[in-house]
Amino acid sequence: MKADPAGVLTGTHFLDGDQACCEGALAAGCRFAAGYPITPSTEIVERFAQRAPQVGGMFIQMEDELAASIAIQGAVWAGAKAFTVTSGPGFSLMMEHIGFAAMTETPCVVVDVQRGGPSTGLPTLPGQGDIMQARWGSHGDYEIIALVPSSPQECFELTLDAFNLAERYRVPALVLMDECVGHMTEKVVIPPAQEIEIVPRRYTARPPADYQPFEPGPDGVPEMVRAGDGYRIHVTGMTHDQRGYPEVSAEAQQRLVERLVAKIRGHAERIARVEETWTQDADIIVVAYGITARVALRGVEMARERGVAAGLLRPVVVWPFPEKRVRELAARARAFVVVEMNYGQVALEVERVVAGRAPTVLVPHAGGTVHPPEEILAAILAQAPAREVAR
Amino acid sequence: MTARTDAVAANPVEAFLRSDRMPHIWCPGCGIGTTVNCFARALLQAKLNLDRVVVVSGIGCTGRVAGYLELDSFHTTHGRAIPFATGLKLANPELTVVVYSGDGDLVGIGGNHFIHAARRNVDLKVICVNNFTYGMTGGQVAPTTPLGALSTTTPYGCFEQPFNLPQLAESSGAVYVARWTSYHVRQLTHAFGEALRKKGFSFIEILSPCPTLYERRNRLGDGLEMMKYFKEQSLVRHGAPTKELGLTFQGPIAVGKFVDRERPTFLETLNQQLARTLEAQYAGCAGEHVRD
Ligand SMILES: Cc1ncc(C[n+]2csc(CCOP(=O)(O)OP(=O)(O)O)c2C)c(N)n1
Ligand code: SF4
Repeated sequence: MKADPAGVLTGTHFLDGDQACCEGALAAGCRFAAGYPITPSTEIVERFAQRAPQVGGMFIQMEDELAASIAIQGAVWAGAKAFTVTSGPGFSLMMEHIGFAAMTETPCVVVDVQRGGPSTGLPTLPGQGDIMQARWGSHGDYEIIALVPSSPQECFELTLDAFNLAERYRVPALVLMDECVGHMTEKVVIPPAQEIEIVPRRYTARPPADYQPFEPGPDGVPEMVRAGDGYRIHVTGMTHDQRGYPEVSAEAQQRLVERLVAKIRGHAERIARVEETWTQDADIIVVAYGITARVALRGVEMARERGVAAGLLRPVVVWPFPEKRVRELAARARAFVVVEMNYGQVALEVERVVAGRAPTVLVPHAGGTVHPPEEILAAILAQAPAREVAR
Repeated sequence: MTARTDAVAANPVEAFLRSDRMPHIWCPGCGIGTTVNCFARALLQAKLNLDRVVVVSGIGCTGRVAGYLELDSFHTTHGRAIPFATGLKLANPELTVVVYSGDGDLVGIGGNHFIHAARRNVDLKVICVNNFTYGMTGGQVAPTTPLGALSTTTPYGCFEQPFNLPQLAESSGAVYVARWTSYHVRQLTHAFGEALRKKGFSFIEILSPCPTLYERRNRLGDGLEMMKYFKEQSLVRHGAPTKELGLTFQGPIAVGKFVDRERPTFLETLNQQLARTLEAQYAGCAGEHVRD
């Protein structure tokens, strides 16, 4: 299906990442947003509030993030594509409803423009400390998809992709921006609507008598209906059977959780996405994402100038983690240098996947500003074979 | 999806229940089932297109109501039925959206959502079963527990002032406010009907026995004893000022319809404001195009 032209602002624009994210949502067909103001994410819904009424959508400012993160799910079950946006403190409040969306297989998008934390932290300055929270923040076992843009152009593209992935797998899809990417202004090219592919909701064609709302399709994903369609469905956050009825038993739990996890893990390599620069011949693989990937690229360039074969691996989709590619690189890399604006989150994943085949070195940063490229360079050089380093 | 019993035998209410989910979880003497019975009767009389009626519950004994009604139904998270229902209603205004939950759910953990939905006058019918306690979790103090009453977390008697729910609802902006008890089945059924027809945030408080926890702990007898209390101590006071409706431990209960007024709904003011300021550029929103 192609995008509805009404929501697509085709052309070449100068937008910041927040604005581009909003345009990505509109292009994806999102017509309902709920939010609660929080820097540095608010501009996304401010733009949505201005744009949506002109394309048949609406924004509602809810009383808190708990409300915003479940109001969108009500809207989804009424038939809308919907999203909410927030930053750290609000993201923490949304955790329960990310779990609810995972459990009820409600396709929706949550954007977190990361700032320095914990707690109120650095309201106006960047951080990347929510990566693990995005993956594990709600209680219980579940899987989500998370994308990490590193430019305003990608804020547009990956928000759009997030909506498509949410529909494809019926999971909450998260867009993990950071304050730098959210507030930096760059060229953003928005293609014509007929060039934008949209994944429509997977509505069932079956009559009510043959339909069970949580009966998995061949790929583990059930077909959906809307409230009001006459199917008289029941949807619960409790462990449930295929009919959607609560079932409190170890067997039902096993069946459901296994499927919820498998529908993403089973497609992990298809969902995973990385961008690589100079990794072909690299001894040292630098792993970085979001704004940090851009700084890390500078560090890699400086290393190359000194004759060190460094390359950059940038996860574009961070969850599910690009295990296969990291494993391949681990077979021949001398070391992994993970650069992130936190005290070691993706680094833990890299370490897990590399599994001792090469050292994994973290270049941490508490947030507030980006890493100095020299620090990244130093970390690369420290791993390089002495003969390579032209000091 | 479920096998709807064709032989809707003697009880017309059965057509509204998911018979494949019976027996229900409620204790003998619990008042929740009685309220559901009244609700089903009101639906029957209201002659609504039931495919367009949606019930949203939070978590609790009352929160299980959604799961037993043969309607589109959502059993959400604790306290958040109202914001879920808000999204549902705004994205499809043709739905009749009923929120059915407990006092702890709606005005304890969910209190913030309650007052804001009333303020906005979102067109929701909010039904609150007030059993003076947190039933599902074993009888802890609730924001409605009367002063002096025992609960597992106020073993020496409750020392917190309870909410006066009709007053809270009215002052927050509800357009319809009533209180009945599970003894008043006829009046309650009638009130459900009125709320189903009313446009805007409607609120019905239903006092209801929890014999297993609240009554037993407070030595108030069984469910029947509580019904006797409801019968003997209730006084119909339609239109009474809501500030006079606070409840005390086993004290008098004012019941009736206290508020029935007109205020523009959230969607009406939204559409009006946007049409006025955007004029021809207003594409119409809130459900007209929100669905794909
Ligand atoms: C976030 C969260 N906190 C706590 C609980 C535990 N819990 C379940 S039901 C309930 C109270 C329900 O009380 P009420 O709304 O009065 O309903 P009742 O069971 O009395 O009908 C609580 C505290 C929960 N499910 N979720
Ligand atoms: S615990 Fe109380 S409220 Fe819950 S079902 Fe039993 S009697 Fe009803």
